[in-house]
Amino acid sequence: MPGPASNGNVEALAHGAASTGLLRLATAGSVDDGKSTLIGRLLYDSKALFEDQLAQVAEASRRRHGDTGVVDLALLTDGLRAEREQGITIDVAYRYFATPKRTFIIADTPGHVRYTRNMVTGASTADLAIVLIDARNGVVQQSRRHAFISSLLRIPHLVVCVNKMDLVDHDEAVFNAIVEEFASFASKLEITDITFIPISALNGDNVVDRSTNMDWYGGPPLLYHLEHVHIASDRNLIDPRFPVQWVVRPGDAQGERHDYRGYAGQVAGGVLRKGDDVVVLPSGATSRIAGIDTFDGELAEAFPPMSVTLRLEDDLDISRGDLIARPHNHPIVSRELDSIVCWMNDAPLQSGGRYVLKHTTKSVRAVADQLLHRIDVDTLHRDEHAQTLELNEIGRLRLRTSQPLAYDAYRRNRATGGFILIDEATNETLAAGMLLDPDEPVSAVEMETTAGAPRSANVRWEPTKLTREARFDALGHGGATVWLTGLPSSGKSTVAGALEQRLVEAAIPAYRLDGDNLRHGLNGNLGFSATDRAENVRRTAQAARLLADSGVIAIVSLVSPYAADRQMARAIHDEAGLDFVEVFVDTPPEECERRDTKGLYAKARAGEIAGFTGVDDPYERPEAPDLVVAPDDPDPVAAVLAALEARGVRTSSEDE
Amino acid sequence: MSYDISHLDELESEAIHVFREVAAELEKPVLLFSGGKDSIVLLRLAEKAFRPGRFPFPVMHVDTGHNFPEVIEFRDRRIAELGERLIVASVQDAIDRGRVVEQTGPRASRNRLQTVPLLDALAEHGFDAAFGGARRDEERARAKERIFSFRDDFGGWDPKNQRPELWNVYNGRIHRGENVRVFPISNWTELDVWQYIDREGLELPPIYFAHEREVFRRDGMLYATASFIELLPDEVPFVETVRYRTVGDMSCTGAVTSRARTLQEVVAEIAATRVTERGETRADDRATEAAMEDRKKEGYF
Ligand SMILES: Nc1nc2c(ncn2[C@@H]2O[C@H](COP(=O)(O)OP(=O)(O)O)[C@@H](O)[C@H]2O)c(=O)[nH]1
Repeated sequence: MPGPASNGNVEALAHGAASTGLLRLATAGSVDDGKSTLIGRLLYDSKALFEDQLAQVAEASRRRHGDTGVVDLALLTDGLRAEREQGITIDVAYRYFATPKRTFIIADTPGHVRYTRNMVTGASTADLAIVLIDARNGVVQQSRRHAFISSLLRIPHLVVCVNKMDLVDHDEAVFNAIVEEFASFASKLEITDITFIPISALNGDNVVDRSTNMDWYGGPPLLYHLEHVHIASDRNLIDPRFPVQWVVRPGDAQGERHDYRGYAGQVAGGVLRKGDDVVVLPSGATSRIAGIDTFDGELAEAFPPMSVTLRLEDDLDISRGDLIARPHNHPIVSRELDSIVCWMNDAPLQSGGRYVLKHTTKSVRAVADQLLHRIDVDTLHRDEHAQTLELNEIGRLRLRTSQPLAYDAYRRNRATGGFILIDEATNETLAAGMLLDPDEPVSAVEMETTAGAPRSANVRWEPTKLTREARFDALGHGGATVWLTGLPSSGKSTVAGALEQRLVEAAIPAYRLDGDNLRHGLNGNLGFSATDRAENVRRTAQAARLLADSGVIAIVSLVSPYAADRQMARAIHDEAGLDFVEVFVDTPPEECERRDTKGLYAKARAGEIAGFTGVDDPYERPEAPDLVVAPDDPDPVAAVLAALEARGVRTSSEDE
Repeated sequence: MSYDISHLDELESEAIHVFREVAAELEKPVLLFSGGKDSIVLLRLAEKAFRPGRFPFPVMHVDTGHNFPEVIEFRDRRIAELGERLIVASVQDAIDRGRVVEQTGPRASRNRLQTVPLLDALAEHGFDAAFGGARRDEERARAKERIFSFRDDFGGWDPKNQRPELWNVYNGRIHRGENVRVFPISNWTELDVWQYIDREGLELPPIYFAHEREVFRRDGMLYATASFIELLPDEVPFVETVRYRTVGDMSCTGAVTSRARTLQEVVAEIAATRVTERGETRADDRATEAAMEDRKKEGYF
């Protein structure tokens, strides 16, 4: 018979110290980057390998490589026979090792594009990703893909191991060049924490012990980093979320338990405390936490990823799939979902297809409404003409569900932001999805089709009692938007400046929204891709609309080269019932380039900037602008004022 | 207040979540209980998942008829304490009914014969999900098995065609006739299991602790003598102080020499050991490099 329980004793015996927790890591690398060798090395050096495993590997090495006496650590980690035969890893394999500091679970995934879905699977639960780069080859397409998938699945920590440093003479310059290249690519992704470590998996340099061959490297070896990286703060402890998984009703239990009713589940976010006010979604019913139960007794509070049972003060009708949150911090509740999905099945996505969507503990029917674009995982290019997603492809998908879903954006909470799609007929898992905020910027094509429509389905416009007429009457003038479009250096800003001056001098409030200026603030996070330009236009148009609504004449000077974007800007104003005057500053391209007020044409011609409108990015001339201004116009400002007056927008207060 | 969580608590919480998902999504689950330490841990996890309610499933043991008597005694007592329902599927019955043919000779083992009575019992009771105590660290083929592992109508496992498993969102949907094996402690290591047994103060069958037993040596391993095990000519029984690291059929489960009579002593030995539990004590996995994979494809646990 075992002795009485001795809490902690065994742990101390096993590890020599108390464990500080679990770190889940995902590895990816191209074939031959040394991933298997690295994992073998971690297991071997941390003494997670047993003698019979080593003997097996030695035997396999002998069969593979002949009697060289070399133990191929890579052979440890490929599991299934087919893979052993082909010599490659083709599914996610899980490995375990522990040190006195931490327990580790490695999700070992193959790196080839054919196995994107396996990488996504391994990444879904990982706290940290290791991307391996062969020092001789530098950053290759697969390295970028792995970084992209890590950022997409929001693995909080990324470690780039530059391997095989022994084959490049442990040269610091080689390492630095790779770091620089990788970092510049990674800056385009949402990665919060990247660490670079030069290693030799084969020889064990900087894996467990610090290498003496690379004194120039000041950082810790890999294992030290894995043991110390701070992961507690990666969990969402801010937004209380509790998906109800199972209702505990003992029913037949005797005594005080007979009317027990508890809601069992795993805390998905925030900290829940006894006495907290809660709201149950989607019903919206409210109550208070009467107790947090576990088999081991009551708790004062619970946080992710604890599995507990909540009792509430009121008898509510709550079932599996409901989500318990706080009245003042609850998730989005909507039937319209916007997501990034990774397709994982041989049968491709069907536009308009019906699927089962499982999110937390809730399964609903969903229709694939619209594929907005497909993302090339290697170039990050978005193909807006994509019609479907095939196995391993990633894209942005709109879905509509049969019942409202209570969710958070995946970037805010992985547990309440991830879902899977299931085939109703075959029951296979088809896709993994990551939910986006309803107001996540969208691409140009999409905006054209939904311009002006409020996309944030669950957000209502808050009406004010004060009507626009009353406001404009009291002010003595109304607002409107003047939208100046044209090539760079066409003279938009000059016209805009003069117009603003003229109006303000006439005591009519006017305010200029200049494209370049906005890029310093409101639009500071946008680039010049078609998508970013579209978002630039959308935000500017929305800002102009607010100004116009408040009684100001908003004067926008923005290249706005695409017709669809300008159309969207107009639609935003039409919808709001505000006047919109599109002014095309039609200066011939040669003239603009000759002026080159900011020297940008010269740079574009020299190839120093790419995607410059008028040089290597098109300007779509407006087909029916409200007004055309040419360089030889004597008084363009007067023409704009006349166009405003013609719409009933006052441009002077003289007659008051 | 610190919101750190120990690795055992995290593993426990993950396992509880798995139990509840299966109970909620499948119609008729069953918990496979071998009497070994892993399935003893499963019972505790089921208590954590469903108390104060009852288990929403029965417990089933596939009895080879060649089990250690201590284990059978322990099984009956433990299930009675829990007040849960026990179903016994018997290999002897299957042999008697001609469903399987008993191997003969000194190396005969009923281990592999378990598959048929297991599948028969699943079909007979209409179970569509079976909890098992397998861990991924046990063996290379297990390293890639999902927590929810799908079996076709014949109970077979197709390693090439597994459902991707993302986050903690499991897809438990199956067709009639199919079933799913669920491994809530997939991510636990042997040491985790021992630590948990210690922490929870779980009782184990006495064969896990050093005791005197009549054994014989075969292929470098120690096996218990029993009326149904034939000895080879050169095999001589002797008494040794041994304990078991796993609990299986007597015919294929080896013992290790040990003086460890308490849990702490056992764990100290295990922490220092350099051989996996299957490598050390399970003859069935040694037969070929891909032995486990082959048996799983046939529908083994
Ligand atoms: N010289 C050298 N060779 C390495 C290193 N790491 C791995 N290799 C070798 O690179 C080859 C591919 O390694 P492997 O681990 O199988 O790569 P995987 O395909 O990424 O798993 C093997 O021959 C390894 O021995 C290293 O740090 N230095």
